[in-house]
Amino acid sequence: MAGIRVRMKSRLLSPSSLAVLTPLAAVVAALLVGALLLILLRVSPAEAYAAMFEGAFGSTNSIADTLVKATPLLLVAVGICISFRGGMLNIGGEGQLILGALAATAAILYLPDLPSWALIPLGLGLGFLAGALWGAVPGLLKARLQVNEILTTIMMNAIAVQALNFLLRGPMMDPEQALGGSFIPQTARFTIAADLPRLIPTRLHAGFLLAIIVAILAWVLLWRTTIGFRIRAVGLNPFASRRAGIRVNRYGVMAMVLSGALCGLAGAVTVMGVNHRMFTDGSAAGFTGSAGFNGIVAALFGQLHPLGAIPASIFFGGLIVGANAMQRAVQIPSSMITALNGLLVIFVVSSDIWRRRMVQRQQKAEAARALALAGAEPAPP
Amino acid sequence: MIQDLLTPAVLAGIVYSGIRLATPYLYATLGETIGQLSGVLNLGVEGIMLMGAYAGFYLTFRTGNPWIGLLAAIVVGALLGLANAVITVTLKAEQGISGIGVFLFGLGMSELLFRMTFGSVETVSGFGPVRLPVLGDIPVLGDLLFNHSLMVYFAYLLVPLVWVLLNRTTWGLRIKAAGQNPAAADALGVSINRVRYATVTLGGVLSSVAGASLSIALLNVFQQNLTSGMGFIAVALVYFGGWSPLGALAGSLLFSTVNALQSWIQVLGIPIAPDFALMLPYVLTIVMLAVPFRKARQPAALTKPFERGEG
Repeated sequence: MAGIRVRMKSRLLSPSSLAVLTPLAAVVAALLVGALLLILLRVSPAEAYAAMFEGAFGSTNSIADTLVKATPLLLVAVGICISFRGGMLNIGGEGQLILGALAATAAILYLPDLPSWALIPLGLGLGFLAGALWGAVPGLLKARLQVNEILTTIMMNAIAVQALNFLLRGPMMDPEQALGGSFIPQTARFTIAADLPRLIPTRLHAGFLLAIIVAILAWVLLWRTTIGFRIRAVGLNPFASRRAGIRVNRYGVMAMVLSGALCGLAGAVTVMGVNHRMFTDGSAAGFTGSAGFNGIVAALFGQLHPLGAIPASIFFGGLIVGANAMQRAVQIPSSMITALNGLLVIFVVSSDIWRRRMVQRQQKAEAARALALAGAEPAPP
Repeated sequence: MIQDLLTPAVLAGIVYSGIRLATPYLYATLGETIGQLSGVLNLGVEGIMLMGAYAGFYLTFRTGNPWIGLLAAIVVGALLGLANAVITVTLKAEQGISGIGVFLFGLGMSELLFRMTFGSVETVSGFGPVRLPVLGDIPVLGDLLFNHSLMVYFAYLLVPLVWVLLNRTTWGLRIKAAGQNPAAADALGVSINRVRYATVTLGGVLSSVAGASLSIALLNVFQQNLTSGMGFIAVALVYFGGWSPLGALAGSLLFSTVNALQSWIQVLGIPIAPDFALMLPYVLTIVMLAVPFRKARQPAALTKPFERGEG
């Protein structure tokens, strides 16, 4: 009995099962903090969370809305998986998303007569490319000049927002807005030909399927190809990789470019699948809904694994949709979910110390065992 | 068009608002500089600024006394800074990511509290301009330099104070040792964790005060996402300023002057898209970061948690 219990305990606490257990524990902890907050705000946590769950998963329509919100999160999260695995901390999802959306918007606005079969791939493709370009700048700066990519990606976010504001208040503004004198910074509604097809009679669009396919492709890339192996090797240990003959800079830049491309694709998918026009309120979050940051949360939550990002993104998509439902039901602002997301990130990255310690302990134990074995054997002549 | 900008009155206006608007950047950048010199990158400045801005505003609104608001911001900043120290120093979390967590927490929490306690935008009287005796009477310069809010003066006073702390005190040496060579400092008996707890907590206080300077001295309002990215700029300004208080001052003034310039361009109705002017400082920051000779000075142990017996 005792032996079984010990074995069970050790299996439960192995690094790989901790990888699954810690995010779940972090969610429980964040929801408990949320409950405490709700009690302080004199709202029943049970009622609020029930409204949230109902709003996110209670009906076909709400599930569809959840999946719609999950779509950009998943694309960004998969991009973040690739860049973080390659040792590049891409905080520039917001900017890359905006650039991707702008590129798709430009194609659709200036080529309105193209048929759907040409316009949709063109818009998505340009979004992908624009994001790649926006990701390439910090990637190259890091590889060539050792400039910290966290800072450059943040700066690139700010530059993207200014570009967005300029284009939507100027060249891309809906001509009718200018004529009517209202000057709302948004484009005209896109031609119907650019709308991503709906999957079922809800708001769910084909972008969600695309995101799932992209996640699977990214998994294949990272774990079933040489390129992916090298990207991960560079992220794990650049020095050893260089010794092994891997061009560290090249794979670092590649990780950043792919990451930016997927964030750009997220922007194109959002603008073509949900909004059907581009708009701005002056800030980045106005258009992105902070998907560039929340995608990081989802990626971490999915243990930086593209397939883990799928359930993680659906979960966070549900949180966003559910938070709006909660706001309507119990008058608690949906911004509470942003705060809880922040706590989740903190809990997940802070608890990583236990997993690292365990890995260290196991390595030490194995080294000791290997030493003992080596000592037991006669020395080679 | 452009001539409109070059009238003495407009130029004076730009200089005056440039000096004023540098305040939040100064507090936040100086705090972050100290933290980074000790080896800790805090990307959560923006979130702490928002919490400080809210706390300062809320208590100023309730009590009518901006000093109580400022005190609240200091307390909130110290608590968040301490929490951040637990996360980055004790729990050794990946700093680039935990900072995003702190940012999201502050962004969401400050908006939640704002909506629950106010709901609509209110104003307070806050710290008004104080004309300094004697200096304030100097023609032209008196108006431009010596007729500001107390929180503005103190931000500039902080520059030499931080310089002295870093370059003329034992604490400054300890801070820099913790960031450059923690193993050696540890061997000489400096408690790396204690130094980093102190710097990260102080950084939290200064970030929070930076936010409060917006809500109770410069703008005297609070709304969701009031800081709109200033905290992230402050982090970049640390690199821009080469981890020195004087560099932080130069960077803060550059950013605030460009901001002032673009708002005057709008006020005067000059048909230059202000977005490009607003883009400029960011582009400049990237260029500055890329200039090769500057980057050697990054603290060697930046973002590396200290583990005894390593390195």
